[in-house]
Amino acid sequence: MTKKPGFFGRFYIAFILFFLYAPIFVLIVFSFNSTRSRSVWSGFSLDWYRQLFSNSAILDAFYTTIAIALLSAIIATAAGTFAAVGFHHTRRKFRTPLMQVNNIPMMNADIVTGVSLCLLFVALGSALRFRLGFGTLLIAHITFNIPYVILCIMPKLRQLDRNLVDAACDLGCTWMQAFRKVILPEIRPGIINGLIIAFTLSIDDFVISYFTAGGNVMTLPMQIFAMTRRRVSPEINALSSILFMSVLTLLIILNVREIKHEDKMKKRADNLKEVN
Amino acid sequence: MPKELIRLLDCSMAFDGEVVLNNLNLYINDKEFLTLLGPSGCGKTTTLRIIGGFQRQSSGDVFFDGVRINDVPPHKRMVNTVFQKYALFTHLNVFENVAFGLKLKREEGKKLSKNEITSRVSEMLDIVSLNGFEKRDVSSLSGGQQQRVAIARALVNQPKVLLLDEPLGALDMRLRKDMQNELKRIQQATGITFVYVTHDQEEALAMSDTVVVMEKGVIQQIGTPEDIYNEPKNAFVADFIGESNIVDGCMHSDGVVEIFGRKFACLDRGFAPMEPVDVVIRPEDVDIVDVKDGMLTGTVTNITFKGMLYDIIVDFKGFKWLIQTTDLSPVGSKIGIKIDPDGIHIMKKGEFSGMFGDYSSYSAEYDDISDVEYEPDGADSEAAAYET
Amino acid sequence: MKPKHFTIPYIGWMAVFVVTPIILIFVYAFTTAAGEFTLANFARIAAFRSVFVNSFRLALIATLICIVIGYPVAYILSREVMRVQRLIIMLVMLPLWMNFLLRTYAWMSILENTGLLNRFLAFVGLPTLRIINTQVAVVIGMVYNFLPFMILPIYSVIMKIDKSLLESARDLGAPPLAVFSKVVFPLSLPGVLSGMTMVFVPAVSTFVITQLLGGGMVILLGDLIEMQFLGAAFNPHVGSAVALVMMFIVIVFMYVMNKFGGGEERAVGL
Repeated sequence: MTKKPGFFGRFYIAFILFFLYAPIFVLIVFSFNSTRSRSVWSGFSLDWYRQLFSNSAILDAFYTTIAIALLSAIIATAAGTFAAVGFHHTRRKFRTPLMQVNNIPMMNADIVTGVSLCLLFVALGSALRFRLGFGTLLIAHITFNIPYVILCIMPKLRQLDRNLVDAACDLGCTWMQAFRKVILPEIRPGIINGLIIAFTLSIDDFVISYFTAGGNVMTLPMQIFAMTRRRVSPEINALSSILFMSVLTLLIILNVREIKHEDKMKKRADNLKEVN
Repeated sequence: MPKELIRLLDCSMAFDGEVVLNNLNLYINDKEFLTLLGPSGCGKTTTLRIIGGFQRQSSGDVFFDGVRINDVPPHKRMVNTVFQKYALFTHLNVFENVAFGLKLKREEGKKLSKNEITSRVSEMLDIVSLNGFEKRDVSSLSGGQQQRVAIARALVNQPKVLLLDEPLGALDMRLRKDMQNELKRIQQATGITFVYVTHDQEEALAMSDTVVVMEKGVIQQIGTPEDIYNEPKNAFVADFIGESNIVDGCMHSDGVVEIFGRKFACLDRGFAPMEPVDVVIRPEDVDIVDVKDGMLTGTVTNITFKGMLYDIIVDFKGFKWLIQTTDLSPVGSKIGIKIDPDGIHIMKKGEFSGMFGDYSSYSAEYDDISDVEYEPDGADSEAAAYET
Repeated sequence: MKPKHFTIPYIGWMAVFVVTPIILIFVYAFTTAAGEFTLANFARIAAFRSVFVNSFRLALIATLICIVIGYPVAYILSREVMRVQRLIIMLVMLPLWMNFLLRTYAWMSILENTGLLNRFLAFVGLPTLRIINTQVAVVIGMVYNFLPFMILPIYSVIMKIDKSLLESARDLGAPPLAVFSKVVFPLSLPGVLSGMTMVFVPAVSTFVITQLLGGGMVILLGDLIEMQFLGAAFNPHVGSAVALVMMFIVIVFMYVMNKFGGGEERAVGL
């Protein structure tokens, strides 16, 4: 076995983690500052949180972000699941080029995806008389989410026993019944994973939203961008702290669940050993 | 006269121009245990999948009980399948797996009460000795237990025919032997026709009423296990079933064959005078005698201890034979051999002549290698078909 | 309905929302506002040569720094006990879950002329630094934001290396350093390569980091494109040409990377 890392190794890791967390820590600390300064501590206050919750622009942006994230994640997951199952059953000759097109939004720089969709929406908008807004934003998010959903589901499909669908048909299912009763439940972990990833990508996206939302709709990241450019505002710090803490809580919950699940699997494996 | 249940008529199958099945004709009788036996890629799994309806033959017809079923989808055939690696539904427990087919029937409006489903499932779990396992997760079961769930899941639907695709391939040696007996017992208990696919000749001989030996998409021989073993039709069958020394010979007249310039008495007749033939001599049919009493004499070149007996390789004029014997003759010693007439089997020359039955490159490793053969039948070509 | 027909709606979707937009970029790049064919948009790019040079220079510097910093993290981590590994990987990923605008914004308050860093330097009696609104600040922002994208793929590739390979290398007499240089490092190269694309592509095309930490003093490709589409210099034709050239160079870059990596699939660090 290789050696465990020594003192220097651990010190190095600690240093990198410090590098990663110091800025976040600074953000959080100064969200409780009583003055506008983001580098001089003047005393504890919750003013910025109070202001944050009375800032209708931020709250609107927050609602928009959540609405877009939920809708786009759900639609992209449904569409991506169907598409992934379809791809899985398509001959390799056709599948390979299709998958390459599917990967374009993941491989391309966000800004290229953003401006190219912007061009499309402007062109379509002038032809069909609509303006960039919530609808185009939603379409853009669905478009960049689907490939990630497919990326989550394809491995699950590949892991499926090749005969599973045949077995279901053998026992009396039509293909659609087999899809509903067997394929969907078997790939459920992949679908849920895809949903979560789509949701977080959507919440986090700035660049593509920036080019596809038009002038009247703003997501939270767009609002943050606007605020950082206008003036120093510790409301941003307050917002960051809240977001960070909610993500942290969510991750802790997810991890505790996973550890519990693993313990269960381990117990199962032990049972199996007894059986044999 | 047994009743015919399934007939394959001139069935051919090709994937992307590669012929997997070539004009297959086969009938399967009711209540029969029939085994499709052959090396990987011989077309046996394809044949099974055509019967199950998972693949459509490129040409030819399939009849079930006299009715053409070419266009009947799998879920409407009176056939159920036990798949390679079982294909159990991991999101369902043991009970739900076995009840899967029955619940579907219930959804479709067949008269089937919940109690009836429960009692039929537990009856089936009884037959496969898995009662008490209803609530267990299938992934928590051992290979042998998963195997039984797969059998129960198929049998509970009371099919006319059960198709089994290398069902024991993933089990270890000892479990395999147990399950062979178990399967035979279940078949006799239920009276259902079994069509069984395997590459393991021992398994085929031990379990079947009828063995169908396949190679290159063609049936090489159909017969009872005894027929197949004792009267192989060609060099491929002789070599694939058990161990065989296959040497060139020449038929002098009925009952007399010449090997290595010496005449041997045999029981075969009906060949043209002086017709060149393949002569099969099973390793256990050769008696070792003193050099002076021997019909042939040779030199021992290799000995492998096999427990009950020794596998020895003997060189006769540059041609090496495998002989199984209880007498130990050291390497290098000269021995004589004697073969009784019923130990000699004559075959017509054919496409496989000269390809098998030679032990000149023999090494003990062969026995280990033979197990490596297990892999999904014709994996590549079938993957292609699966995608369509 | 057959399963392969499931793809039809999505193929339609891709045709409209993935392929058509890319085609539009081409169309815009090669036409004038009046819709006539032209190469003038590309000729205009020549004036932005320094932007191209700066973009690729800064993105490459950031990528190299990420490798130098990130590789040891991944390697040291791979030798920790599993429980510690999982915790630290979580900690490395956690900042990714926070919007990167906020992460970049945090650096503004640290790097400002009157920011925390300079206050600290003044406090210990060192001369203060002018970092904000310089290329240094932009590179710091890139490294900070994209470092996890370097650590994660390298780590996952190192973890996949068969441990018995290392043992057999030791068994064959290789000293620990040689085990690393002859076995671990070559085998982990695919991870480094996919980390490189995952850092380089967003770095070369960013406009957020430059606008927040470069304060408009550092203009990179992302800024150029943004200005042509939504900014003062509104000209989507030139913007498309810039985007097209950038796309082309990135594709060439990734192609070269993949050649080195033996066509290894891009690891996604999510």
